[in-house]
Amino acid sequence: MDKLLSITLYILKGSGITLGLYAATAVFSLPLGLMFALGKISKNKILSSAVGIYTWVFRGTPLLLQLFFTYYGLPVFGVRWSGPFIPAALTFIVNYAAYLTEIFRAGIQSIDKGQYEAAKVLGMNYSQTMRKIIIPQTIKRILPPLGNEAITLVKDTALVSVIALAEILRNAKEIVTREFIITPFFIAAAIYLVFTSVIVLTFNRMEKKYSYYE
Amino acid sequence: MKMIEIKNVSKNFGPLKVLDGINLQVDRGEIISIIGPSGAGKSTLLRSVIQLESVDEGEVVIEGLKILSRKNREDDGIIKKNTVSDGLAKMGMVFQAFNLFPHMTVFENIMVAQTLVKNRSKSEAREKAKAILRKVGLTDKENSYPSQISGGQKQRVAIARALAMDPDIMLFDEPTSALDPELIGEVLGVIKALAAEHMTMMIVTHEMNFAREISDRVIFMEDGKIVEDGHPDKIFVNPEHPRIKIFLDKILS
Repeated sequence: MDKLLSITLYILKGSGITLGLYAATAVFSLPLGLMFALGKISKNKILSSAVGIYTWVFRGTPLLLQLFFTYYGLPVFGVRWSGPFIPAALTFIVNYAAYLTEIFRAGIQSIDKGQYEAAKVLGMNYSQTMRKIIIPQTIKRILPPLGNEAITLVKDTALVSVIALAEILRNAKEIVTREFIITPFFIAAAIYLVFTSVIVLTFNRMEKKYSYYE
Repeated sequence: MKMIEIKNVSKNFGPLKVLDGINLQVDRGEIISIIGPSGAGKSTLLRSVIQLESVDEGEVVIEGLKILSRKNREDDGIIKKNTVSDGLAKMGMVFQAFNLFPHMTVFENIMVAQTLVKNRSKSEAREKAKAILRKVGLTDKENSYPSQISGGQKQRVAIARALAMDPDIMLFDEPTSALDPELIGEVLGVIKALAAEHMTMMIVTHEMNFAREISDRVIFMEDGKIVEDGHPDKIFVNPEHPRIKIFLDKILS
């Protein structure tokens, strides 16, 4: 029993990295995704195609490859990383922002044209219309796909174990290899399930909160 | 001074002339109804005045402010931005589909542009919103969301939202076309009350009795042109153009 506890604690230590990576990605990729989405729907052709190329590349190649490229590839061009966390977080932020760009774009474009027209005849400018009218309605609509991304992100954090970040899965695997037992995998799975359940519950609550209209 | 001057306004969709050299002037306090078959360009004309549609050529002047002037398609008709926004601010518009903001209560719908665009203080805007809600008879609905009220109530909120901006001119684009028959009366009632206060109005409508009763002038449009422009009694009883008679017979039968 003591042993089980010490294994669990060791694996849980890895959740610090997991949570850190999760938080960094969520905090930075959401506003970036919104900004890029506004870029993608803008009338400026150069801006919208630049964002188009960005989402095409980052949604079209494996996250693992992007991670390798940032960590092992960029140093070839002279970038120096002090450890694996920063390059991992950067890769996740840029990758997730690409998906969020498309989610925000689709959400914004699903809002009825009449909403823009009503805002315009009331004299609102573009930024007022976006801030007060369009984006609040967009958030309600994109909560379900946003929830999907939020769950996927929990599981994607396991990828950083390949660049030697001591997160949940890496710590579990370490014990498995050392002690020839598979219990750590079950413990890791249970921890991931707890995380994803919290996310699911949070999103359910948010959807309920936003159901005050329509 | 004319409230609205529309001079030689044209708009094409490819070979189709949606608006074909429209000329129209509206005096202060005048109520103009625009009638005609669907596809005649009635809504497009209204939407062009408030710049929800671009036009290929022509001029639009609102209370002396030239907000549009294009000689042809290539002419971008650049006018000072301030003049355009000042001119547009003199007009309010009500849509067939209401276009209320669904994530805001009735009260917030009427508040939002007042504070954002007119820079009114919260308390000032609140006073205004309360007064206007009383006027359209919806004081008890101020905390409801648009999805919780009837179509007629929605349209009255939409009218209230426009009125809160103190427009000199109100444009109505088929304000009752999306309503169940029993709800039409309450919306027409609010418009009639505005007429009694001599609000300048342009109304695109299929409610012929209402148009006849309320209008100073009725305009019949077809194929992007104004076919006849005259006193309602004349248009409805003794129109010069035979097409109008056919249209009215069809719609009133």
